[in-house]
Amino acid sequence: MPNATAESKPAPPAVPAVSARGLSIFFGNKAVLKNVTIDIAARAVTAIIGPSGCGKSTFLRSINRMHELNPDARMEGEIRLFGDNIYSRDVEPVVVRRRVGMVFQKSNPFPTMSIAENVTVGLRLNGLRDKKLLTERTEQSLRMAALWDEVKDRLHAPAISLSGGQQQRLCIARALAVQPEVLLMDEPASALDPLATQKIEDLIIELKKDYTIVIVTHNMQQAARSSDFTAFFYLGDLVEFGATTRIFTNPTQKRTEDYVTGRFG
Amino acid sequence: MTAHNHHWRKAKNGLMQSLTCVCAVLVILPLLLVFFQLVARGASSLNWAFFTQLPKPAGEAGGGMANAIAGTFVLMLLASTLGVPVGVLGGVFLSEYSHRHLNWWIRFGADVINGVPSITWGMVVYALMVLPMKGFSLLAGAVVLGLMMIPLIMRTTEEVLQLVPTGYREAALALGIAQWRVISQIVLRTALKGIITGVMLALARVGGETAPLLFTAFGNAYWTHRLTEPVAALPLQIFNYAISPYDDWHRQAWAGALVLILLVSSINVCVRVLTRDRFAKRGS
Repeated sequence: MPNATAESKPAPPAVPAVSARGLSIFFGNKAVLKNVTIDIAARAVTAIIGPSGCGKSTFLRSINRMHELNPDARMEGEIRLFGDNIYSRDVEPVVVRRRVGMVFQKSNPFPTMSIAENVTVGLRLNGLRDKKLLTERTEQSLRMAALWDEVKDRLHAPAISLSGGQQQRLCIARALAVQPEVLLMDEPASALDPLATQKIEDLIIELKKDYTIVIVTHNMQQAARSSDFTAFFYLGDLVEFGATTRIFTNPTQKRTEDYVTGRFG
Repeated sequence: MTAHNHHWRKAKNGLMQSLTCVCAVLVILPLLLVFFQLVARGASSLNWAFFTQLPKPAGEAGGGMANAIAGTFVLMLLASTLGVPVGVLGGVFLSEYSHRHLNWWIRFGADVINGVPSITWGMVVYALMVLPMKGFSLLAGAVVLGLMMIPLIMRTTEEVLQLVPTGYREAALALGIAQWRVISQIVLRTALKGIITGVMLALARVGGETAPLLFTAFGNAYWTHRLTEPVAALPLQIFNYAISPYDDWHRQAWAGALVLILLVSSINVCVRVLTRDRFAKRGS
């Protein structure tokens, strides 16, 4: 539920899950993200909204250093994950990504693997061999992703035999299986029908009991329904950040108001 | 628009269609000619002995090409042990690691090498291996075919790896899986069929090469027991028999050519079968 009491202080006093300070990201000479400072609360859902090209996906990808896959990417400032500087020179991106999971817009289960193999792939390819533990973690992750009942009888069927919505929940289970601290979701429901979208949104609310969730969405209703905090990005700037109810009912910035009321974007 | 004009247009259209159709059929006509010619002249010499016996000395009837058939298979196998790993890993580098300038030069080099006449390959390996080792050998034959396979396999591997959606790489990397594992366990597995297809096409290509083997494997009327001995191969045997003055050898050459083209065609058919369901679902 949106938390109205967090009105004046976007983040609770505890250590924020993700804390960016003066974060700028460049692709070549183009600044995609400009001097963003934000504290993302633990065990809450933070929605990132804004028109296409505003830098919201780049911000999301900077939290698990995925933006570095672009060889022209360069960053300034810092991001801390529960206090740890994830851009420190002695931190490998691989280690950051184990702590910060990600779900993509287009569901992407590995086509050569079964449902169960997809869930455990992150564990197996990081060296976990214990069969019993893998089986446990498969069921646990699929249950958390609200997929267990639908697939428990065909765990060894190819993952791509699932429906689009099921595939996306499988991708969520796959991300959860490595037990990340933060889960990033990049428009996870934008390619799904309303019913499947509903399931993903219910799941997001369920998951925030245990996880910190940051979700990029183009869907205002989705942000309003499922997030506690909302950050509005525009042309690389963080324009406004606060409790979701306030952003949607009483924004302080004209641009935020125009965007959430559908006047542009 | 007049009716006359309309009819003329329709006639032109029909004419062009027939012309392009004739040209398209001309493409397969030589294939049919080759095949019928080979069957007509070679099929009668195909018998059990052809596949099981060594060549008989000139003037003696009978005999077969058992050693040449086996030699071709062994050459292809050994060539693969050189061509497949180097070609596949080179393709992985081109597709998965971005080194813009280096990649440009490697691609350019591979394409140039693909165009080098095969007899040139034979001469190079003759100079580099046959002369220093003081003799034609199975090893030199395998090396020359393997070298020819590398650029072919490298380019097809690169192409099929590029077909693997970026989403799979990102999903795997986002799970905190190291890049070499992402490549070996996810990307290569996803593209496996395409890579096998590339390898088989390369094999079909070098399996029929004659010129480079003249300088390296040389040919052998007997069984080959060592890597350092000359070895018989189907294309070489066909060449030697075809230029001989004996009718019996000519007939055997036709039969050998028939076997060779059946071998190459069956590889191509396998490729077709493999690629037909490239995007089909696979159980585990």
